[in-house]
Amino acid sequence: MKMIAMDESNISFFKEGLRLDGRRADEFRPLKIEVGVLARADGSCYVEMGGNKVIAAVYGPREVHPRHLQEVNRAIVRCRYNMASFSVEERKRPGPDRRSHELSKVSREALEPVIFTSYFPRSVIDVFVEVLQADAGTRTAGINAASVALADAGIPMKSMISACAAGKVADTIVLDPMKEEDNFGQADMPIAMTPTGEITLLQMDGHLTTDEFHQAMAMARKGCRDIYEIQRNSLIERYNQLGAELPVVQEAEVV
Amino acid sequence: MDRMDRKVVIPGDLLSEEAKRSGEGTFVKDGKVYSLLYGLANDRDRINVIPLAGKYVPAPGDNIIGIVKDITFSNWIIDINSPYDGLLHISEFPKRIDSDEMSKYLSLGSSTMIRIKDVDSTMKVELTLNDRKLGLLKTGRIVEINHTRVPRLIGKGGSMISMLKKELNCNIFVGQNGRIWINGGAEDMDLALKTILLIEKEAHTSGLTDRIVDFLKKEKGAGN
Repeated sequence: MKMIAMDESNISFFKEGLRLDGRRADEFRPLKIEVGVLARADGSCYVEMGGNKVIAAVYGPREVHPRHLQEVNRAIVRCRYNMASFSVEERKRPGPDRRSHELSKVSREALEPVIFTSYFPRSVIDVFVEVLQADAGTRTAGINAASVALADAGIPMKSMISACAAGKVADTIVLDPMKEEDNFGQADMPIAMTPTGEITLLQMDGHLTTDEFHQAMAMARKGCRDIYEIQRNSLIERYNQLGAELPVVQEAEVV
Repeated sequence: MDRMDRKVVIPGDLLSEEAKRSGEGTFVKDGKVYSLLYGLANDRDRINVIPLAGKYVPAPGDNIIGIVKDITFSNWIIDINSPYDGLLHISEFPKRIDSDEMSKYLSLGSSTMIRIKDVDSTMKVELTLNDRKLGLLKTGRIVEINHTRVPRLIGKGGSMISMLKKELNCNIFVGQNGRIWINGGAEDMDLALKTILLIEKEAHTSGLTDRIVDFLKKEKGAGN
């Protein structure tokens, strides 16, 4: 990957009103969603959002192990956010760390409010989010993937969840910051919400004035609504492809 | 392949403004009906959403196929292809037996047609064998399909399943939990297996029964 000038003072985030990758300030990166990519999981989803590549798998409802975690009147929801060691430039030491613990927790809390957990007492719904390639905004990509995977698993939900970030670079509010903007920008604010606008995740790092906050919030909400449409289309598209012949894998001829 | 004339919906989709039309797979919020699931909305008097995936949740009165998982002092613990285990108490066995003889009648790993007697709010599932229709499966084969496809395998008023039984020359029992028992000649069972898996794969298409009839005709023609 190309390195943009590391000295913070001489970065220009905009060229003729467009961002480094040619986007306008209120555009998110190209988003691709594929449903049902894993045969062994009850529900799954693969998301590419710009340079982010994320896969989500849902198992359950199933029996809770260890048993003491189970709740008699509802299902528990567990979420594991994990980054592959090859997902970042410098090899990441594999395994859970402070950051992935935090993101597991906020992802779970972003998804749990829409799940009808009372339908499945004494059980667990496990959500696994694996980041294969990171390019800023993996938590929002992970939540988008997990929400679609939950629907694919047939889990009853009040609605879908869509997530998107807004940030501030060079005193401008931008939607869905990419890596350079996230690293050298002034603020990053990921949100997750239902299509009706109920917010289930709101984090911020950096500084925004009240006005900037409202502006960023409006922009991120608009982003979430657009992402919701892509999520819905991916699920409907999945139905239309059900039962279609699976692509035949070409077997290499052994000489 | 033509599609059924039903609408694909996702969780949270508005289905109706009339709360009283809320059927299975839907929920009511502020007097309006929304979809609970990713599936097909069936618009009749009530609106139901038929799921495309999901685990079997036991309901009283369901006839299912269970596999003995464990034996305790007075209960058999039965795997019912669900997040919850079933309990068959010794008193629900058609015959009076001693607790030290339990494994003689139903041993570990054996399969049985069984009925759900009761399910309580903590999902304790009580089973019963007290019916002539129910009983241990000693011969034949068991296939597992997704339980959401069971209504398609049975068909409207049992049309599909009765056609299969006749055409395939097999005895078939369909458990609501997605386990299916087939009993017949080895070749008949092979064809039955193939047919059932085809029905599972194409469960979401219309005109399925007719297409299965054609499929069977072709398969049988090839055999002779």
